[in-house]
Amino acid sequence: MVATFTRPGWYRAALCTVLAAAFGVGLVVLLRSISGLPAFQSEQTGYPQVVVPLILAPLGFLLGIGCFDYWLRWGVGARTIPEDHSSHGAYSWKDYFKVNTDHKVIGVQYVVTSFVFFLIGGLIAMLIRAELAQPGTQIVGAGTFNGLFSTHAVLMIFVFIIPMFAGMANYVLPLMIGAPDMAFPRLNALSYWMLPLAGIMFLASFLAPGGAFDAGWTGYAPLSTGAPLGQSFFNIGVQFAGFSSIFTALNFLVTIITMRAPGMTFWRMPLLVWANLSTSLLVVAATPFISGAQFMVLLDRVLHTNFFQFGAGGDVISYQHIFWFYSHPAVYIMILPGFGIISEVISVHARKPIFGYRLMALALIGIVVLSYSVWAHHMFVAGMFSWLRVPMMLTTLLIAVPTGIKIFSWLGTLYFGKIHTKSTAMLFALAMIVTFTIGGISGVMLGMVPFDIHVSDTYFIVAHIHFVLFGGSVFTIFAGLYHWFPKMTGRMYDERLGRIHFWGTLIGTWGTFIPMHWVGMDGMPRRVADYAAQFGNWNLMISCFAFLLGAVQLIFVYNMIVSWRFGPKAPANPWGGKSIEWLVSSPPPVFNFDEIPRVVGGPYEYGIPGARHAIMPGEGAEIPVTRETVVGS
Amino acid sequence: MFTNRLPIAKLAGAVVALAAVISAVMLSINWDGAEDSTAAPKIDNLLNIMIVLSSIVFAIVVVALAYALIAFRAKPGDESDGEPIHGNTRLEIAWTLIPTIIVLFSGGWSWKVLNEIEETDPNHMTVSVFSQQYAWSFGYPGKEYAYSQGVLHVPVNRQIVFKMHSQDVIHSFWVPQWRIKKDNVPGITTTAVVTPTKTGTYQLICTELCGFGHASMRAKVIVQSQSAFDKWVEGLKEKVPPDLMVSVKQDTETNPEPLERAVAE
Ligand code: HEM
Ligand SMILES: [Cu+2]
Ligand SMILES: [Cu+2]
Repeated sequence: MVATFTRPGWYRAALCTVLAAAFGVGLVVLLRSISGLPAFQSEQTGYPQVVVPLILAPLGFLLGIGCFDYWLRWGVGARTIPEDHSSHGAYSWKDYFKVNTDHKVIGVQYVVTSFVFFLIGGLIAMLIRAELAQPGTQIVGAGTFNGLFSTHAVLMIFVFIIPMFAGMANYVLPLMIGAPDMAFPRLNALSYWMLPLAGIMFLASFLAPGGAFDAGWTGYAPLSTGAPLGQSFFNIGVQFAGFSSIFTALNFLVTIITMRAPGMTFWRMPLLVWANLSTSLLVVAATPFISGAQFMVLLDRVLHTNFFQFGAGGDVISYQHIFWFYSHPAVYIMILPGFGIISEVISVHARKPIFGYRLMALALIGIVVLSYSVWAHHMFVAGMFSWLRVPMMLTTLLIAVPTGIKIFSWLGTLYFGKIHTKSTAMLFALAMIVTFTIGGISGVMLGMVPFDIHVSDTYFIVAHIHFVLFGGSVFTIFAGLYHWFPKMTGRMYDERLGRIHFWGTLIGTWGTFIPMHWVGMDGMPRRVADYAAQFGNWNLMISCFAFLLGAVQLIFVYNMIVSWRFGPKAPANPWGGKSIEWLVSSPPPVFNFDEIPRVVGGPYEYGIPGARHAIMPGEGAEIPVTRETVVGS
Repeated sequence: MFTNRLPIAKLAGAVVALAAVISAVMLSINWDGAEDSTAAPKIDNLLNIMIVLSSIVFAIVVVALAYALIAFRAKPGDESDGEPIHGNTRLEIAWTLIPTIIVLFSGGWSWKVLNEIEETDPNHMTVSVFSQQYAWSFGYPGKEYAYSQGVLHVPVNRQIVFKMHSQDVIHSFWVPQWRIKKDNVPGITTTAVVTPTKTGTYQLICTELCGFGHASMRAKVIVQSQSAFDKWVEGLKEKVPPDLMVSVKQDTETNPEPLERAVAE
C-alpha cells in the first residue's frame, strides 16, 4: 500500500499533485492572513488562491511521476546508478505511460500527445467554422467565440506544431547522427512530461470563472492584463510549454554538436539535422522572451507590477515588441524542422542527392539570423515609431530569399531523379512546395508596409498564417509521419487510405484558405463572431471546405491506428534511404546500435555506384540500400 | 551541362503563358473594393505590381514541378537511382540574386508609396478619434473640440490627420475603402493621414481584438462637401468631455515622424 505511493508513477503523481495544490492554497491563505488580508481574493485578474496552486500542482505532478527522482537522489547524496537502464525502452504499451529515458519512446509519446491536441484544436476549429458559416451569432456568443479561437490557436501552436516537430526529431535525429540516445535522456523525459501539463492547463481554462482565455494567442496587453482568470491559465501554461521547448532545444544542440558518429562532419549531416540545429538556436534565444512576456502579464495581473499598465508608468506597446521578438522567430521554429523533413522525403523518393546541399544548410542559418531582425513587421499599424517600419520591411522581404532558395533547391532535386509518388509522404512533400509558395508570396505582400496597412488584422492574415502553417508545417508533419511511420512502428500503413487523406487535405486546405485572402482584402476583419452579410456566401463555402478538411483527418487517425496494430511488417528500409536511421531495424533496437556506425560520405549519395553514407559494424553492412519491394502491401 | 538536356524554351514559354493568364485573371478582379482616398489607388497599384511578380514566381514553381513530375517519374518497377547531380553554382547564384533584386525592388517601391500616402499637406484638418469598449467618438479640434459619438463626418478632398486615443484597451481604426488602418493605443497618441476623394457613407471597423463586443464595434463615416461638413459641425452642441480631453493633453506622442518633420520644414 505504502509502496504504491512511494514508487514513481501515476499514484504518486496524483498524490503529489494534490499535496502541491493544497500547499499552494495554504501558502496563499497564510501569507494573506499574516498581511491582514481576507484569505481569498476573487478580483477577476487576481485569484492568488488559484494561480499559486496552478504553478505548484504541475511541479508536484512532475515530482510524483518521477521526473526528478534521479537528480534528487543524487542531490541528497543517496546511491544513484548512472548506467541504470530500468526506465529505458518500451516493452509493453504501459511503458509509454511512464517516465522513460529512451529517445524513441519519448518521441512516440511526444507525437501521440501532440496529435491528440491537434484533434482537440481541430474540433474547436470546426465549432468556429460552424459559427462563421452564416452572419449573425447562432451557436456561441461573442465572448465564448473569443475563447474558442484563442484556445484553438494556442493548442495548435504551443502543444501541437512545436512539440510535434520536437517529437519527430527526438525519434529520428539521434538515429540519423548515429547516437545511442539524446545527450541528456532524463532532461528529455522532463521536457516531454511538461507538454501534456501545458495542454491540459490551456483546456482547463474553460472551467475558470469568466471562461477560457480570450485575448487571442497574441494576448496583447492591456486586454490580457485585465482579462478574467482564464488568462492566468494561459500565462502559466506557456511557461511549461516554453521550458519544455527550451530544454529540448538545449538537448538537441548538445546532441548534435557532441554526439555525431565518427566521420559525420557538419557537411555530412542530413538536412533534417541542420534544420533542427537551426531551430534549436532559435528556441534557446527566443523562447525566453515569450516566457518573460507572459510572466510579466501574470505579475501585472496578480501583483500589480504595472509593466504594461498605461497611466501607471507601464508601456502598452512594449508588450508587443517582447512578444513578437519571440513570436516571429517562433513562426520559423514552426517551419524549419518541416523544411528538414521535406528535404529528406524528397531526396529519398526522387532518388537524388539534394540540389545545392551546402546552400540549403546556409539558407537555414540565414533564416535564423534574419528572423531576429523582422519582428516589428507584425506592428506596422501598432503605433510604434514609424521610422522602424522601413528597415523591418526590408529585412522581412529579404527573408524570402533564403526561403526561396529552399523551394528552388527542392525543385532542382527532382530533376533527373526517379520520382516515386507511391508513398503518401512524397505526395505531401510535393504539395507542400506549391502550397507553401503561396504562403510565402502572401508573406512578402504583407511585408510591404502600405499593403499591410490595409490588410493587417483582416482575414488576409488568417489566410497567410494557414497557408504557411497548414499548407506548410502541417503538410510537412504529415509527410514526416508517413515517411517514418514504418521506422517508428515497424509496420506499413495503407497507401490507399493515405492517398484519400492526402487529396482530401489538399482540397480542403485550398478550398478553406484561398477565399479568405479575398474576404480579408474586401473588408472582413479577423477575430469576429459576426460579419457583414456581403461575406455570407464566401464564409459558407469556407466552412464547407473546413468540414471536409476536418473529416478527412479521421481517415488518417484510422489508418495510423489500424496499421500500427495490424499493418504488414515493415522492412528496415522500405524507401531505400541512405541516412543511418534506415540502416537499423524497424523499429530500431532499444539501444539503437550495438556498435556506433562509421560515416564515410554525404547523406544523399544517390546514383553513385558503391557510395555509402555510413557503414554499420558487423552484420548491419548487409542491409541493402537500394529500394526494397515491400512484401504484402 | 545538364540544363542543355531540358527543353528550356518550352518551359520558359509555359511559365510566361501561365504567368500571363494568372496575372490577367487576377488583375481583372477588384480585390480591395472601392478606392475612395488618395492612398487607395496607390496601394492597389502596389498590389497589382505584386500580383504580376507573384504570378511569375508561382508559375515558375508550378511549371518546374509539373515538368519534373511528367519527365522524371520513375517507371513502374524501376528501382534505380537518379543521376548524381549535386548542384550547379550558377543556378544557385541565380536563384539567390534574382529574388533578392525582386524583393528589394518591391521594398523600394513600397517605401516610395509609404512616403507618398503619409505626406502631410499644410492645409490639413485634424480630427481626434476616441475609442473605448465598444464605441467610437470624435472631436474636431479646429472647431473648438466639437464632439460627435458613433458618427464621423469629414470633408471630401481635404487631408485629414487623425489623432487617436484609446481609453481602455487597444482598438484599431479601419475604413477599408480608404485602405488606412491604425491602432488606437492607451497612453499614446497615434496618427493616421487620409485624404478622402469621394463623398458617401462608410463604415469604420475596429480591427484589433478588444473584448466580446469587438465584432460590433463600428461607427458611421460620412464624407461630404466642405460646406456641408462646416454646417454639420456648427450644429454639434457637445464639446469633447473633460475625461477625453485628458487623453488629448496627456497621451504621449511616441510617434513624432513624419508629421513633426513636415512641420519643421
Ligand atoms: C516568406 C516568408 C514570410 C514572410 C515575408 C512573412 C511575413 C509576415 C508578415 C509581414 C506578417 C504580419 C502581418 C500583419 O499582422 O499585419 C505575418 C504574419 C504571420 N505569419 Fe508570416 N511571413 C512569412 C512566412 C511565415 C511562416 C513560414 C510562418 C509559419 C510557419 C508564418 C506565420 C505567420 C503567422 C502565424 C502570422 C500572424 C500572427 C498573428 O498576428 O496572429 N509566416 N507574416
Ligand atoms: Cu513574422
Ligand atoms: Cu475591437
